Amino acid sequence: MALRIGVVTFPGSLDDRDAARAVRLAGGEAVALWHKDRTLSGVDAVVLPGGFSYGDYLRCGAISRFAPVMAAVVEGAQGGLPVLGICNGFQILCESGLLPGALTRNDSLHFVCRDQRLRIESVTTAWTSGYTAGQEIVVPLKNGEGGYVADQLALDELEAEGRIVARYLEVNPNGSRRDIAGISNAAGNVVGLMPHPEHAVEPLTGPTTDGLAFFTSVLTRLVRS
Amino acid sequence: MSVDTVKNATATPEAVQPYAELGLKPDEYARIREILGRRPTSSELAMYSVMWSEHCSYKSSKVHLRQFGEKVPVEAADVLLVGIGENAGVVDVGQGYAVTFKVESHNHPSYVEPYQGAATGVGGIVRDILTMGARPIAVMDPLRFGPADAPDTRRVLPGIVAGIGGYGNCLGLPNIGGELVFDPSYLGNPLVNALCVGVMRHEDIKLARAAGEGNLVVLFGAKTGGDGIGGVSVLASETFDAHGPSKRPSVQVGDPFTEKLLIECCLEIFAADLVVGIQDLGGAGISCATSELASAGTGGMHVTLDRVPLRDASLSPEEILMSESQERMCAIVEPVQLDRFLEICAKWDVTVTVIGEVTAGERLVIEWHGETIVDVPPRTVAHDGPVYERPYSRPTWQDALQADAPTPERLARPATADELRATLLRLVASPNLASKSWVTSQYDKYVQGNTVLAQPEDSGMVRIDEQTGLGIALATDGNGRFAKLDPYNGAKLALAEAYRNVAAGGAKPLAVTNCLNFGSPEDPDVMWQFAEAVRGLADGCLELGVPVTGGNVSFYNQTGETPILPTPVIGVLGVIDDVERRTPMGFGSEGEMILLVGATRDELAGSEWAHTVHGHLGGLPPEVDLGRERQLAEILVGGSRDGMLTAAHDVSDGGLAQTLVEMALRSGRGARVFLPEDLDPFVALFAESAGRAVVVVPRSEELRFTDMCVARYVPVARIGVVDGAGKGAVLDVQGLFSVALGDLEAAAEATLPALFS
Repeated sequence: MALRIGVVTFPGSLDDRDAARAVRLAGGEAVALWHKDRTLSGVDAVVLPGGFSYGDYLRCGAISRFAPVMAAVVEGAQGGLPVLGICNGFQILCESGLLPGALTRNDSLHFVCRDQRLRIESVTTAWTSGYTAGQEIVVPLKNGEGGYVADQLALDELEAEGRIVARYLEVNPNGSRRDIAGISNAAGNVVGLMPHPEHAVEPLTGPTTDGLAFFTSVLTRLVRS
Repeated sequence: MSVDTVKNATATPEAVQPYAELGLKPDEYARIREILGRRPTSSELAMYSVMWSEHCSYKSSKVHLRQFGEKVPVEAADVLLVGIGENAGVVDVGQGYAVTFKVESHNHPSYVEPYQGAATGVGGIVRDILTMGARPIAVMDPLRFGPADAPDTRRVLPGIVAGIGGYGNCLGLPNIGGELVFDPSYLGNPLVNALCVGVMRHEDIKLARAAGEGNLVVLFGAKTGGDGIGGVSVLASETFDAHGPSKRPSVQVGDPFTEKLLIECCLEIFAADLVVGIQDLGGAGISCATSELASAGTGGMHVTLDRVPLRDASLSPEEILMSESQERMCAIVEPVQLDRFLEICAKWDVTVTVIGEVTAGERLVIEWHGETIVDVPPRTVAHDGPVYERPYSRPTWQDALQADAPTPERLARPATADELRATLLRLVASPNLASKSWVTSQYDKYVQGNTVLAQPEDSGMVRIDEQTGLGIALATDGNGRFAKLDPYNGAKLALAEAYRNVAAGGAKPLAVTNCLNFGSPEDPDVMWQFAEAVRGLADGCLELGVPVTGGNVSFYNQTGETPILPTPVIGVLGVIDDVERRTPMGFGSEGEMILLVGATRDELAGSEWAHTVHGHLGGLPPEVDLGRERQLAEILVGGSRDGMLTAAHDVSDGGLAQTLVEMALRSGRGARVFLPEDLDPFVALFAESAGRAVVVVPRSEELRFTDMCVARYVPVARIGVVDGAGKGAVLDVQGLFSVALGDLEAAAEATLPALFS
């Protein structure tokens, strides 16, 4: 039986169907979760997709952390459930305290959509075990508030603990500190990523298929456990 | 607060009304009195004034637009599911899918308030598409600005781009193309056109009509506020005392999150088949929605206006009727379906209110706190507006303009290899030809995961069925300089270019939409340009076999007495059976053959070269032969279907030189190019003759491809070979000059960031 990966739809989620497609292409079963749900329907992992959850007129993700489904996500994550937050999902993970730091307005002050080169820095997380350390990939990036910030201490800690999952190469598109594109929690089950691996899963519609391994990684991990 | 009721209007026939301030002519006002048999109430006056405006009634353009319904190609019968007159036309693309698409202008609001004007332009066209029952799947934005370095262009352009991105990105609609053109005539009147395309199953098509006595009129979406109330504020300030609301902002303010909720809510309501008819609220707000729904239905409707949920409790009934607050829809719902309807709205946190019902009579009656303030035959408001035969005549200056051809004696042409090379680099870096990535990188092109081609490709292409690979392609084009030189052929050239761009990607062109941007219809010169352009477009569509499905007219685009270049923006929709077969524009693999299809002539009038290098506009635009265009499209579509083509790119603005540069930069590959010996190299590189494309074919396919061209008597010539990629890549025009791709890229990429960052 295929492993079940939940994809949460907030009212303003935009990349939820794309995340579900990526899960299916990776061989998993995508399960639609609704922001008003209070349980996770027994899924094996959760993706918080990109978008504008509740409009994000306030700080991105600031309202979503109070969504009923997030209580279950936080509880699951603390118990080891693999959780991937992409773009708006990353913002929500930071706002809910599952990941440190915050995401701020791009330093260019413009929304930016581009094919972004990344280096995978950590392959020990639930979502990156299918990559090789230092592997360079190209996936779409599209955000208005993607500048990762945290205090020096927190950044040093992330570096020291190997929790920087991916870094921007060639161009830092949003002013992120230390070129950070993604981070994980200490246990490695929760990953936040500003670029969009779910848009690099088909040669026809993405710049590459480099993003698929995020989804195959977690499925492999789940099969082993 | 006193309200002008029907009773009051009957009792005070001599009351002086501010019809002129609302934009109505004395004879129009007299006609309203005649229709009603009394003076209109202030609410009725507000409704008529806005519904009889140029924008809503097409009163100056109607007599010309009729041609789209008269010159209908035979292909229309196979293609059109819903024609002109609904919110947007609907086209059959096969496999049970229907596609609806439309382009509209939001020029003036975007000039006044660039961000919100452009944002709500996107919002409005998206609701038009949604109203047809379709899920919106992509947007495009054809834009025109004054000179790129003009201070006012810097004021409006960044805000307009940010507004389009801010709204569209938040809705999750990929922005897959558009245009960005600079010309001095648009300074003080930029053009912001917005296109949306949506897809549905045939059986899901919805129409805007109120039928079935006792059915409910349901308003849902955002609450009604005081935004977007234009001339009607005159009424408000005249009707009420000094404590009442005064001048309201006349540009609407957008809330894309609410629109996103409305989209998902509507699609769920449609899926459950809960509406009899539906209409979005755009220009003229509730006035438009209720009168159009009633007019297209059985005629009768009763609305209790004080039930409309408000953001601002002080709004007068006239203002509520006129408000152009965004993100609202009006549905006709059977009473038994109401609970389910309310449930879905609650799921999406969408405000919903029953504001009236369909009635037996033929009157639209609107009530305000128990008193009747509107009692009109809805058809007279929505469909029987005034129609004008505006006088028009060929401008006295037209002959002189056409006589001023860019001959070598009139405009100095580059002659030496160095001069040709310098000209190419200058054009590559010119704002009209430079890379548009500063703009397009602010738009999300990936969302929904179905974008197969997007800017800078010839067309935007979107997959609509993941199993079968069925897809659609869209391109918009419109060369205002050509249209000024000859509006009839200029419109045909715009159509031909969009048609060719769709075919270049491998899609079969099917149908046409248009946004006709012109100056004042009260100027006989402008009216002639308009009449000629419409005639050209209608004739062109007939010749190409692609029906017009709808469109939009934008008049009064001028600053003082100076109109913009006549700018018919033409959108062409195509279909491709399997998007895997699409043809991209970048050069293919090293050693593949580069062929030029079509004939090149000494046609430089209105060209980018004449514009950029000499600031010259005169002569006759390139010859347009639509029979030839049709054959070229068959070759491009056939070549794609049969797997012969590695790449294809249309030849238009900037000529062959620009086409080759763009193909090289897109792929990062160089090329060795040999120009035809029978042509002057300058003409070969920079002429803008229509009906041409550059294709790349593997050596093994060259003969088969050229045979296909020869069989159709379409000229084809091998003009080069694809070279390697990497640091040393060059575009080498043999015997003349070569340019490193790095230099071309630097020239193309630097221009817009330097101007607008």
